[in-house]
Amino acid sequence: MKIHAYPYNDFVIPFLIGTILLFSIIIYKYIRWIRRFSDEQRKVIRSNWYSWKIFPAIWEMIREGLLHVRILKENLLLGIMHQAYALGWFLLILVGAIESRDAFFTLQHEQSIETVRELDAQNGWYIYNTGENKDPEYLNQRRYRVETEDGIARIHYHRPFYVGIFYRYFVHKAPAAFHQHKAYSDLMDALLLYVFLGLTMAIIKIFWSKILGMRRTTKHTIVDRFSKFSLWMIFPLRLLAESVTACLYGNGGFFTQAVGNLFDPMIVRGLETSVWMLYSLMLGVFFVTMPFTRYMHIFTELLLIYFRKIGVREETGKTGYTLFELNACSRCGVCISGCPIDRVLENHEIQSVYLIRSLRNQERGSRLKMIADNCLMCDRCTVDCPVGIDLSALRRQTRAKGAIDTVGNYSYLNKRQSPFNAIGRVAYFGGCMSHLTPGITESMEKIFTAAGQKYWYMDKLGTICCGRPLQQQGFTNQAAELRKKNTDLIEKSGSTMLVTSCPICYQSFKKEYNLNIPVVHHTEYIDMLIKQGCLKVRHDDRKVSYHDPCELGRGCGIYEEPRQVLSAVTNLQKTRYQREKSVCCGFNLGDTKLSLEEQTKIRNASLANLTSKPVDAIATACPMCKKAFQHATNDYPVKDIAEIVAENLIN
Amino acid sequence: MNKFGFAIKTPRSEDMDKVSLERYNMLLDRVPSFKRCFQCGCCSATCSARQYTEFSIRRIHTSFRRGEYEGLDEQLKKCMLCGKCTLVCPRGVNLRSLIINMRQILDETK
Repeated sequence: MKIHAYPYNDFVIPFLIGTILLFSIIIYKYIRWIRRFSDEQRKVIRSNWYSWKIFPAIWEMIREGLLHVRILKENLLLGIMHQAYALGWFLLILVGAIESRDAFFTLQHEQSIETVRELDAQNGWYIYNTGENKDPEYLNQRRYRVETEDGIARIHYHRPFYVGIFYRYFVHKAPAAFHQHKAYSDLMDALLLYVFLGLTMAIIKIFWSKILGMRRTTKHTIVDRFSKFSLWMIFPLRLLAESVTACLYGNGGFFTQAVGNLFDPMIVRGLETSVWMLYSLMLGVFFVTMPFTRYMHIFTELLLIYFRKIGVREETGKTGYTLFELNACSRCGVCISGCPIDRVLENHEIQSVYLIRSLRNQERGSRLKMIADNCLMCDRCTVDCPVGIDLSALRRQTRAKGAIDTVGNYSYLNKRQSPFNAIGRVAYFGGCMSHLTPGITESMEKIFTAAGQKYWYMDKLGTICCGRPLQQQGFTNQAAELRKKNTDLIEKSGSTMLVTSCPICYQSFKKEYNLNIPVVHHTEYIDMLIKQGCLKVRHDDRKVSYHDPCELGRGCGIYEEPRQVLSAVTNLQKTRYQREKSVCCGFNLGDTKLSLEEQTKIRNASLANLTSKPVDAIATACPMCKKAFQHATNDYPVKDIAEIVAENLIN
Repeated sequence: MNKFGFAIKTPRSEDMDKVSLERYNMLLDRVPSFKRCFQCGCCSATCSARQYTEFSIRRIHTSFRRGEYEGLDEQLKKCMLCGKCTLVCPRGVNLRSLIINMRQILDETK
């Protein structure tokens, strides 16, 4: 005869139902999304899904999914809150599972029938026997008769997966040989307190978000709030349930036991299963609502990080990857804090978090259009996003859906071409905006000559736009036409390198074109020339603050080269918001909705950052930014890096 | 006559009382800054497309106002949205938005 000991009580049912529903819905959704991946993305997944790339992927999953390093760096308190929730809860589950495994391992050696009797009497275990001497009477009346030949009962302890969650209830009295019992319960209490820390901060955040360093938190929908409430209730209920059990059986850790000692055993005895039932019910409710609320991010962000790390990228149309991105957003609100439209213009409706919410709710109509169109595309939120959602790409996709993207009427561009006046090594593309700032193009020509480089100024007579402004507004086909024209021109010229003066063109040539020659921005090019010794420059004692253009810095990650060039010719001053945190000049081509007055406000905020310390000049690397600042101030000369270098050339 | 490279143009006079301003008002609604335009022509002067072809925002503005929508869409497709016009406009008219909205209105009220 075998005796089976199975921890079970009716209160686990809500939890079980919740878990089953949660995972079936999630798996169903994931399969649907994965089927919607484009062929290109499939190819990437097929060739990379099991390569060395999974190691950095796993590392980032741990770093962003559990530790939340990026939020921590951005905002310490907010990071601690997210970490407390994620890491705290994860460890509660993990340590709970390890603890129950260890306990059951010890239990397995306790073959005394007394233990079984105790388990049955006190802990609500389900005890049954199988084997030859199956005694129906035993099952009904729950009596144990041990009738093995050697007089030793064979007790099999079963450990269903939920035992870690309800461990304190099922193991009222730890097996005598399980010495680590006290240490485990203390550790579990510490972890519960850790989660409580996050919970307290979350509640504080609702009323005084400024304490947590957030100027503004996300406005949530009713469903989200309901789900959040159930999440918040899980942990106090767990504390209550464990404390009641600790009060009755003294198996709690330092915290639950202390709380439990406050109760009167006579009163709480009848309530024990009820509070455990409430706890399980709350878990069930949360699990069922999870796939339909922002908490879907918990699992989705891990998959998103995995896909992104193995090389899957967002495309111009909506794909399965887009769906993963939409659902990986936790609506943490980090994108709100940095947004210049929120901070300067007090417009709290268009931030990326709301774009994603509208897209996820499959909204259509004017509200979505308003959200999608009113954005500078300065990429600040994309850089800040803790899970690395390509927010600008999502906006481009949304815009493309509304745009009248027909074939353009660009045949006129063939009529007049800049002649290949010097077919040389370097093609120079000034870009449309540089034609409004002739200082930049003249300086570049000076620099080319001083360095003895052969160059072909491809748009000297008239420029063909790079296509990015059209792309940003969703005119994908028309942008492709312009790209084709430029590509043909560059390929025909036989150049071996492309230098651009405009970061907008630079990003376009680098990311949207498929040129087979290197593309560099002029700051990179000058830096290279100085390092190679082709360009002799002198150092003057001007103090200069540098404005990181959005498209160059956050867009292409060029932060170092401009700084090195500037350090070589002037004294570069640090500013408060620089590199990834730089404030857009407000005139970025991404936006068509802002009025001049609004753009001016953002520009002034950006300028205030650059002139917070005494400087002699403001440097930038973008004709657009230069033009914007130039209009704003007469006190400081606004110069492009090329101009400053050209002034400091040694002939 | 054609030999001389010129011809008599058909009269382009419009009775402004009869022209429907529905589309024009729609445009003003969507791009309020357009009300400030005083037709100085800076936009056309700086335009990248204008360097190559007879594409003039000023002319398009006039046509749109006079209710001459024919061929306007084809003209508007020449725009590359590069934004030079917006930057030089002395009246702060959001010209890129103007062009996008013109195309949209022409499409909606086809």
